[in-house]
Amino acid sequence: MQSNAALEYDYSVAKLFTYTAILFGILGMTIGTLIASQMAFPELNYLFGEYGTFSRLRPVHTTVVVYGFTLSGVWATFYYLGQRVLKVSMAESKFLMFIGKLHFWLYFVGALVATISLLMGITQAKEYAQYEWPIDIVIVIIWVLWGISIFGIIGIRREKSLYISLWYYIACFLGVAMLYLFNNMAVPTYFVSGMGSILHSVSMYSGTNDALVQWWWGHNAVAFVFTVPIVAMIYYFLPKESGQAIYSYKLSLLSFWGLMFVYLWAGSHHLLYSTVPDWMQTMGSIFSVVLILPSWGSAINMLLTMKGEWNQLTENPLIKFMVLASTFYMLSTLEGPIQAIKSVNAIAHFTDWIPGHVHDGVLGWVVFMVMAGLFHMAPRMFKREIYSKKLLEAQFWLQTTAVVLYFTSMWIAGITQGMMWRAVDEYGNLMYSFIDTVAVLHPYYAIRALSGVLYLVGFLMFAYNMIKTMSSSRELTEEPQFRSPMA
Amino acid sequence: MFHWLEKNPFFFAVGVFIVIAFAGLIEILPNFAEASRPVVGLKPRTVLELAGKNIYMKDQCIACHSQLIRPFKSETDRYGQVSLSGEYAYDRPFLWGSKRTGPDLHRVGNYRTTDWHENHMWDPTSVVPQSIMPAYKHMFTNIADIETAYAEAVTVKKVFNTPYDQPNGTKLGTWEEAQKAALEEAKKITADMKNKDVKDAVANGQIPEIVAMIAYLNALK
Repeated sequence: MQSNAALEYDYSVAKLFTYTAILFGILGMTIGTLIASQMAFPELNYLFGEYGTFSRLRPVHTTVVVYGFTLSGVWATFYYLGQRVLKVSMAESKFLMFIGKLHFWLYFVGALVATISLLMGITQAKEYAQYEWPIDIVIVIIWVLWGISIFGIIGIRREKSLYISLWYYIACFLGVAMLYLFNNMAVPTYFVSGMGSILHSVSMYSGTNDALVQWWWGHNAVAFVFTVPIVAMIYYFLPKESGQAIYSYKLSLLSFWGLMFVYLWAGSHHLLYSTVPDWMQTMGSIFSVVLILPSWGSAINMLLTMKGEWNQLTENPLIKFMVLASTFYMLSTLEGPIQAIKSVNAIAHFTDWIPGHVHDGVLGWVVFMVMAGLFHMAPRMFKREIYSKKLLEAQFWLQTTAVVLYFTSMWIAGITQGMMWRAVDEYGNLMYSFIDTVAVLHPYYAIRALSGVLYLVGFLMFAYNMIKTMSSSRELTEEPQFRSPMA
Repeated sequence: MFHWLEKNPFFFAVGVFIVIAFAGLIEILPNFAEASRPVVGLKPRTVLELAGKNIYMKDQCIACHSQLIRPFKSETDRYGQVSLSGEYAYDRPFLWGSKRTGPDLHRVGNYRTTDWHENHMWDPTSVVPQSIMPAYKHMFTNIADIETAYAEAVTVKKVFNTPYDQPNGTKLGTWEEAQKAALEEAKKITADMKNKDVKDAVANGQIPEIVAMIAYLNALK
């Protein structure tokens, strides 16, 4: 007999990942703020001896925010909305509940061990793929568990058609799996030679090939961790929060398949003017520019979803977060292709403009979207209203200011440095020694450190608001339809 | 077609996979063999230099230093001859870096000396007053892992046919021979150093990290 009662979804796994998103967010951004400050005030390098230098901490910062905070957010949202768009509860399958929880706990313990390993200096020194081979194996297992979760829950679905968000989660799963496996191919030296450290390995590829495989990964880690699953989130949370249907199905089709096809080609734009063949560099440049189309396709689709409903922007801070996120997504996906043009890259490469670009993407787009998603989920998972709207508003403006300070200071720093490196006097001699180009950046590094502090404070406000929402906010009797209730 | 794919997750996933794998096949595979050819006369690194490279990785020098001189006059004037693909043929991993908070190091061995590095790693501002680089004093006390460096050399020789033990090339030999050779090499470096603890350690048969590090930096040419 069929029951008419609404399905009760099981959020236990989504809640666990929500907690770690908050935890790793605080940790990763604190370290980020510290290393940003070290560049302005080098004495800060000596707080924790050997383990506190900029160089040791930089990969800790990047991996904790990428694989700690962002992936936690990706999985929290997946375990929340996956059930809902497929109209099936995780509680209906003991097996899937078990896999979900195993996925979480293995990930949590793995992330802690991995972070400690980088502090110890155990690394294969490939950016965003630093972990040594034993941790790589654990990561593969974690990833396979997520795959089982995705396709397991799809297997028992009631809604036959996969919603747009799921397309993106599936793409994230497949893309990262393929890229990660190839880039981390390495030979553990202990097993060949029978001596030395058991943790050490050498890359399967050498020199230029290694660079190509690495940046094929490095670039597409951005694609499949910072873009694809975040687009998945906005396709679900913006319509849900605003009560508006997605503007255009055709545009979402074009954007999805376009993004999938084009993104990978662009990897070689990280290697312009390097020793990889010219034709690859040119391909990287061209496809980077083409990439504007599918990126802006998604973003415009989101903005048009709000057509005729712009009053919500003033009334609902969560809409504000999401609209700003898609705007920053547009900014960042225009800026990237500009930097990928060879003549621009000649100035921009190796300078602070690159971290500037990364951070307007991650701070403005990724973190804003993840936070908005978690805020939307909180009243539905914990059955309480959001603790404070005022705090939410204050956080929004504080963090927006921080992002603007971050990218403007780094744009100026990067272009200044790039121009000074190449400046010559009337006889064609270099005008500046290298250290001149470092010293001149001090004010911009100081501004960036300040922006880090502001952003971190904003994130702590988010954490506080979330914890209060979970524990002591007013209880709700029934699930809110669209707009999330907040006090 | 798209509606059908959205109802058939397996074929949907296959479709996505084909679309994303395509670019790698076309961009990476065709040039693979070509790009791994060494330049004429390239020698693999000695065990001590490899140990130094591993410290370069451990302390993540690539967070701030590149090893890639681009084909611009401003770069060749500043750092030396433009980098060639074949020079990196034995580098596992490649250490080009992506950020120059500090200068490029691909040919630093041509214009910096052992004693400059010693002073600089102990206190960067002693030689470059405005430097924002941290001091790496722990390298003067930590002992370099020569055994793992030897294991690495043996591995690349066996698995990737890196040409160790060739006539006029880098000699690897047995572990005992390699240890002895590394110590000899270290002694040549400490002859130009002034830190007493480091000199004593090497005299007693132990090689602090800083010595391996300098061996590596001096070999970057």
